[in-house]
Amino acid sequence: MNAALLIDASYFIAAFLFIYGLKRMSSPLTARSGIVVAGAGMVLAVLASFLYTLDVNDAAKPFLSTNLTLAIIALALGLGWAWRSGKKVAMTEMPQMVALYNGMGGGAAAAIAAIELIGYKTHSSVSLTLAVLGGVIGAVSLSGSLIAWAKLDGRINKTLRFSGLQAVNGSLLLLLLAIGAYIVWHGGVVAIPVFALFFVLALVYGVMMTMPIGGADMPVVISLYNAFTGLAVGFEGYVLNNPALMIAGMVVGSAGSLLTLLMAKAMNRSVANVLFSNFGAAGDEEQGEMEGSQKPVDAGDAGINMRYATKVIIAPGYGLAVAQAQHKLYELVKLLQDADVEVKFAIHPVAGRMPGHMNVLLAEAGVPYDIIYDMEDINNEFKEADVAIVIGANDTVNPAARSNKSSPIYGMPILNVDQAKQVYVVKRGQGKGYSGVENALFYADNTQMVYGDAQKVMVSMIQAIKSLGGGH
Amino acid sequence: MEYTTTILTGFVALYIFMLAAFTGFEIIGRVPAILHTPLMSGSNFIHGIVVVGALWALLNAASLPEQIIGFIGVLLGAGNAAGGYVVTERMLQMFKPSGKSTKE
Repeated sequence: MNAALLIDASYFIAAFLFIYGLKRMSSPLTARSGIVVAGAGMVLAVLASFLYTLDVNDAAKPFLSTNLTLAIIALALGLGWAWRSGKKVAMTEMPQMVALYNGMGGGAAAAIAAIELIGYKTHSSVSLTLAVLGGVIGAVSLSGSLIAWAKLDGRINKTLRFSGLQAVNGSLLLLLLAIGAYIVWHGGVVAIPVFALFFVLALVYGVMMTMPIGGADMPVVISLYNAFTGLAVGFEGYVLNNPALMIAGMVVGSAGSLLTLLMAKAMNRSVANVLFSNFGAAGDEEQGEMEGSQKPVDAGDAGINMRYATKVIIAPGYGLAVAQAQHKLYELVKLLQDADVEVKFAIHPVAGRMPGHMNVLLAEAGVPYDIIYDMEDINNEFKEADVAIVIGANDTVNPAARSNKSSPIYGMPILNVDQAKQVYVVKRGQGKGYSGVENALFYADNTQMVYGDAQKVMVSMIQAIKSLGGGH
Repeated sequence: MEYTTTILTGFVALYIFMLAAFTGFEIIGRVPAILHTPLMSGSNFIHGIVVVGALWALLNAASLPEQIIGFIGVLLGAGNAAGGYVVTERMLQMFKPSGKSTKE
């Protein structure tokens, strides 16, 4: 049996399993098996890659045993660390871990480009161009994802901004492209320091590009870098003549680009707007005083009112997850359901820290996905609801987005919670939302505020309803 | 019978890229919003295949700098693949219908 044939056949099967797995992942019914299918493809491809040891370049033959040892150590370390960190991380912190792993992939693609370039292994101008492009995209994805991770993890809180930042970034990008063109023009035969400068500048550019972007926009950025890494992997796949990398990379590159567009659209913004304007700065601006006042209500009273409602719609936000109140919330939902109250969840496309993140957090608490509705499916039902309860959400339910043209979130689609007969807002205090925008909903006549930690509020509501007796 | 790997260049490579790009677009285009995060994580796992390329590069390294960069590449690629898998698997584990499944 020929080793090259075995490798190629394994890659073919792996590519099939990736696409089939991704396809299965795109429906909630089959999603769980999808990742297992794709995982099998990955294991097969990695195992087959060890057949490379049978046929390495002549120049590398004297190093083979060292290289093989290094490869096994690197694999074990990377796998061991990522496996443990992935198992440990809390669901609320999932977005930053995705950013971190994505950055690592970008770094790996950049490393492949670096080896190809400094070893002068690539000669054709197409290969060189793709090696250079994949290298710069991978490096930007690496440093950019690291900044995104640090920001979401609360390790970097300030957003770097100064006048002329865009000009600096623009010239940096031009310089990068110029060096890349220089490398290709000289057939890849340039001094090592030029390569070093090229990769360092690419890393710097990734940092500079990400630093001005506010935390609220990070999900879109992470998704964009995910597409970047895919693209970089696809390009390096061409350089290495590896169809598995080409196919997997390009599938992720296009899927990730579409996902980025969908996310940006859900926030009613363009990707360019996310990257080059400063949304997070809006909080500093003066905003008109709100009319009316915030009316507080006791958690128990609110709970009892829901018990006697016919229809309750819950609009959860990231605050719910931060307070770890999902499980208590589901307990409350089951109590209400036992009392024949119709309960539905309304999920804003950007609830949580990523589109779909809130669904994951609710699923973690055991909430069945068939009582969870997307915004467009449920927005018309709020006017029939007796009670809408907002838990730890703010910007996604702010009616100012519909009416107030001067509001920074104007135009963003929102959940129509204000149309319910009674609105309860569970909130820690009187602060503003993630975007720093004052919320008109809190001052509306049909809104009452339940102040307190979401988990404690849920417990009070549950106790109040249970103390009524009846039911089960 | 001797088998040799086909070199994928020029239009063959372009065809592969084009078809793969459409495949990715089609798969994601019909996805309900509730699966966006798991899918982002799942596609993040799939580009972890880069570890295979890094392995090739490291096994064919012929100097110390190449070995160092190759080592880092395999390390990062393995982290991408393993981390992406674990996180995606954990997220998808949670998707359970309540007895009757009404949505497809």
